[in-house]
Amino acid sequence: MALNGAYGHIAKKDGMVDTSHRTVLYVDGVTVSFDGFKALDDLSLYVDDGNLHCIIGPNGAGKTTLLDVITGKTRPDTGSLFYGQSIDLSKLSESEIAQAGIGRKFQKPTVFEHHTLFENLELALKCNKGVWHSLFGILTPIQRRRIAEVLETIGLTDQVDQKAGLLSHGQKQWLEIGMLLMQDPGLLLLDEPVAGMTPQEIETSANLLKSLSGERTVVVVEHDMEFVRAIAQWVTVLHEGRVLAEGKMDEVQHNPKVIEVYLGE
Amino acid sequence: MSSLSSPYPLVRLLAALFILAFAPPGYPDEGKLEESIGHLGSSSRQEIIASVEALRQLGDHRALPALEALLDRRLRVTKAGRILIKLKTGHGMIDAVTGVVIAQQLDGLDIPVINNQVRIVLSQTIANLRLASPDAEVRLAAAEELLLHPQEEATSALRAAIDREKTTKVRRALALALALTEVAGANKERRLAALDIIGQSDNPNFIVNLKPLLAKQASGEFQEPDEQVRQAARSALSAIERHMVVVGVMQNLFYGLSLGSVLLLVALGLAITFGLMEVINMAHGEMLMLGAYSTYIIQGIFKAHFPDQFAWYLVASIPTAFIVSGVVGMILERSIIRYLYGRPLETLLATWGISLLLIQTVRLIFGAQNVEVSNPPWLSGGWELMPGLMLTYNRIAIICFGLGVVLLVWLFLNRSPLGLQVRAVTQNRAMAAALGIYTSRVDTWTFGLGSGIAGLAGVALSQIGNVGPELGQSYIVDSFMVVVLGGVGKLAGTIWGATGLGVINKFLEPFTGAVLGKIMVLVFIILFIQKRPQGIFALKGRMAEG
Amino acid sequence: MLSQLARLHTRRAWIYILSLTILAVLVIPVLNRAVPKDSVFYLPDYLISLCGKFLCYALVALAMDMIWGFSGILSLGQGVFFSLGGYAMGMHLMRVMAGEGVYRSQLPDFMVFLDWKELPWYWLGFNHFWFTVLIIILVPGLLALIIGFFAFRSRIKGVYFSIITQAMTFALMLFFFRNETGFGGNNGLTDFKRILGFSLQEPAVKVGLYIISALVLLISYLLCRYITMSKLGRVLAGIRDAESRIMFSGYNTLHYKLFVFTLAAVLSGVAGALYVPQVGIINPSEMQPANSIEMAIWVAVGGRGTLVGAVIGAGLVNAAKSWFTVAFPNLWLYFLGVMFIGTTLFLPRGVVGLAAILAKKKLTGRDSLQMIDSE
Repeated sequence: MALNGAYGHIAKKDGMVDTSHRTVLYVDGVTVSFDGFKALDDLSLYVDDGNLHCIIGPNGAGKTTLLDVITGKTRPDTGSLFYGQSIDLSKLSESEIAQAGIGRKFQKPTVFEHHTLFENLELALKCNKGVWHSLFGILTPIQRRRIAEVLETIGLTDQVDQKAGLLSHGQKQWLEIGMLLMQDPGLLLLDEPVAGMTPQEIETSANLLKSLSGERTVVVVEHDMEFVRAIAQWVTVLHEGRVLAEGKMDEVQHNPKVIEVYLGE
Repeated sequence: MSSLSSPYPLVRLLAALFILAFAPPGYPDEGKLEESIGHLGSSSRQEIIASVEALRQLGDHRALPALEALLDRRLRVTKAGRILIKLKTGHGMIDAVTGVVIAQQLDGLDIPVINNQVRIVLSQTIANLRLASPDAEVRLAAAEELLLHPQEEATSALRAAIDREKTTKVRRALALALALTEVAGANKERRLAALDIIGQSDNPNFIVNLKPLLAKQASGEFQEPDEQVRQAARSALSAIERHMVVVGVMQNLFYGLSLGSVLLLVALGLAITFGLMEVINMAHGEMLMLGAYSTYIIQGIFKAHFPDQFAWYLVASIPTAFIVSGVVGMILERSIIRYLYGRPLETLLATWGISLLLIQTVRLIFGAQNVEVSNPPWLSGGWELMPGLMLTYNRIAIICFGLGVVLLVWLFLNRSPLGLQVRAVTQNRAMAAALGIYTSRVDTWTFGLGSGIAGLAGVALSQIGNVGPELGQSYIVDSFMVVVLGGVGKLAGTIWGATGLGVINKFLEPFTGAVLGKIMVLVFIILFIQKRPQGIFALKGRMAEG
Repeated sequence: MLSQLARLHTRRAWIYILSLTILAVLVIPVLNRAVPKDSVFYLPDYLISLCGKFLCYALVALAMDMIWGFSGILSLGQGVFFSLGGYAMGMHLMRVMAGEGVYRSQLPDFMVFLDWKELPWYWLGFNHFWFTVLIIILVPGLLALIIGFFAFRSRIKGVYFSIITQAMTFALMLFFFRNETGFGGNNGLTDFKRILGFSLQEPAVKVGLYIISALVLLISYLLCRYITMSKLGRVLAGIRDAESRIMFSGYNTLHYKLFVFTLAAVLSGVAGALYVPQVGIINPSEMQPANSIEMAIWVAVGGRGTLVGAVIGAGLVNAAKSWFTVAFPNLWLYFLGVMFIGTTLFLPRGVVGLAAILAKKKLTGRDSLQMIDSE
């Protein structure tokens, strides 16, 4: 598997993930089947540290299932999953994976609609997530500042005390990304982050994501080819649960197999 | 009485001579039969015994009615010494000799007095004569009577009867009856053969006869000195016990299956409303109740207006119950439940409220007490599959009914246009709507169907249990368990869940009692869900998130 | 500590709470004990018992609101936890009157009746008051912990959890109905004489129990308020609204759900324990599945996710019940049924929500009552 040397640089180390081999996520020979249908078929995929990695593919290619497997929502039938060199994801629960530093944005924006934006970000804040800490813990000034920073980043400072349910669709997407930032993850998984956004919002999102990569590793699952072209450093094309092609965007775009899957019979 | 009776012997003699003269050929002993029957009315017990003995010697089954009547105190003697038989059915009488029906009312009839001594002779004779009866049913009944109360005196009659017997079933019963008398006899060969026959009989009633052969006396010695006989008894006993285990398993299986079909019928409607529509209907139990009360009403109508066709009321109540529960379900869907789609917990509470309204309404109309719903005659009784295993018709009918309803529902969902629409709406409501399906109408019909099936279950329940306002409450928990166990949205899961739960329940009950059994089943379900969170037939992948 | 407590409410809300507390623990007892019987202000004894009963119901409603209103988990087993607390208290009251029963036996009457010779092991220790208090808290709590662990671990949620807890309720009711399980069967435990040496027939003792119930309710309310105002409360509401987001934010939802389910069970158990000496009986019919569902409607009528609503709802519904079952016994179930349907259809925020709308009160921030929209 080709390593993307050009962009691979060792960025922020948070001491938890050992990315000494430049690869932050290993997906090795993973198979997931639902009632005999193989959603992922012996899939192998590696994500380089600090990269902005896009995964594309037609409907039913297994993109969302791949994210489910990485975040512990679905267990693979066979194969192994490693975060960095040492963290075996297949042994962890969803919350443990999140604590290990993998954040995930859902296809449908999922925020706490009855909570204010501040509370939304507070809930996502990287800290002790135990019951007792939640009961007695109080926000430190540093943590408050962190929340303010993220609000700034996602451009929602003015709505801090508003209920999240009142936000527009695009704003909810950003809030969700903001919540991921609060988690301070090493690896961000975004499932169609610009679905349903206006062209302007999409542009803002593209800039936001680009600014994130390098500091963190970002994996984006997307349909919107324009958007992918704008942001992707590395592209993997999935088809019927397997990797069809891999490379930079312009390489992949001219790959005859990819053209056949996307355009032809 | 004695003073009046003096001229009668002469009359009797004349009557006997008269009958003898006109007796049909082929019955050379005809006169003797009449004479002996005539003596049954004697005031002397010795004379009665003598004539009973004579009748036994004759071996003519035609004497049976008179003998049975004597035993049952239905024999009457006119002042003229005529022997009459009071019919079992009512007040009519027939002449014991000629069989002529006596129409007019007769006064001053005597009842021959018998004592135990007579009774013993009498019952032996009756048994012997029955064994000789040309009617196979009577012979079988006689053999079974002898199995319950063996008579040593009947041995020779039994042997003769076995030699004559052509029907296998009767022959087997006779052989068994003989074996039972011979086991206690002195002939070792015959005893061993008898024990062999008893062992093959599979009849647990004979354990009492076998146990003494294996018992020890206080001194520690066997009551039965012969080792070979003991050995034979032992193997006969274990053969019967093996059979009893088989019967026990079969019986539990049968009861489990019938409980399973009840649960299946109850849960099938839920599988549709809950499984397909994701509406949790706590009033589902009350749909059962409505079905059962519909049966009750139809029964009343048949009783009052069509008493001749009463046996068919149950058939008429099947569509009625379906329509009543179905229509009520559709009204509820239209008026309340549709406003709560997507809010399952609120639906739960609202439908609980509906169930309270329905229960209270029925209570006010029909009273809080249970009402009486009887089995039609063609459902009472049963079918003896093997000795000790009786399959009652009403349970067999429920199993068949359950399977039939499942088949119809399956056909409806998979082969009918409306079924296609139901499945389409279940899978993707928005897409179905876009394709021009009236999703809200489909919802109403689907809910009506689920409720209607609950009504059918109510008809079935009315045949095996009490019908009262709280009928539904006792089934609702179990039926939800079935749906949970079977997995949501799969008919096959519901079938396996229901039968499995029914059978497990019945197998647990003898060991744990009903209550502990229920708790264990609940624990089992909770543990089961640990392994298979989506039930037996899980939907996985995108569908599972629904 | 005190400043933390003060932050739970606005000054105005605190004034309301304090005046209500004074009304409940001072005014009402005085009206009963110190006012002459012929005065119009006199409160008869039976009303005190009734109010005490309502306070216990309000405590259960509070528990129901924690688990359902705030966390979105509709437990239909609160009646069981309530009864378990009640049975523990009943067993204590039976034990302290040993030798004073109809049979003058050291065993409770029903055991003598069943011809039992000695006390079953699980009755041991109940003659000690503090042991009983421990059991009142531990047994409902542990049961909730175990059931919750298995249910939440396998991601049973929504109506499935409701169904499982209802099945548990049903099974335990059958269990307590049996004579041989040693809890008095059908008739349950009754004819209590004394608590901590005070006669239960004494009006002053009744007032005392009533005041204790009121204080326990107040403390429980403040405890629940503290929890819901903390980040834990927001996590619980997050589980209700978007559980997967909570999970992918790194919270182990199992622990949170277990916490709130156990807390609700303990509160219900305490309510049951306070209830039994005031009504003088505990029997398995308290465990009927219907009772547990009724508790949900108290909360729904009052207003979910508001705590205050739960208390108000429990009072309103039970007052209506007391009145109806005397005035129109046949109509009560109709009324209850209509309430179930009407609240869910037309009044998703309950009475408190209605009052808020009527007052056209602008709700802002966290200091006002926490409202939730109907989902």
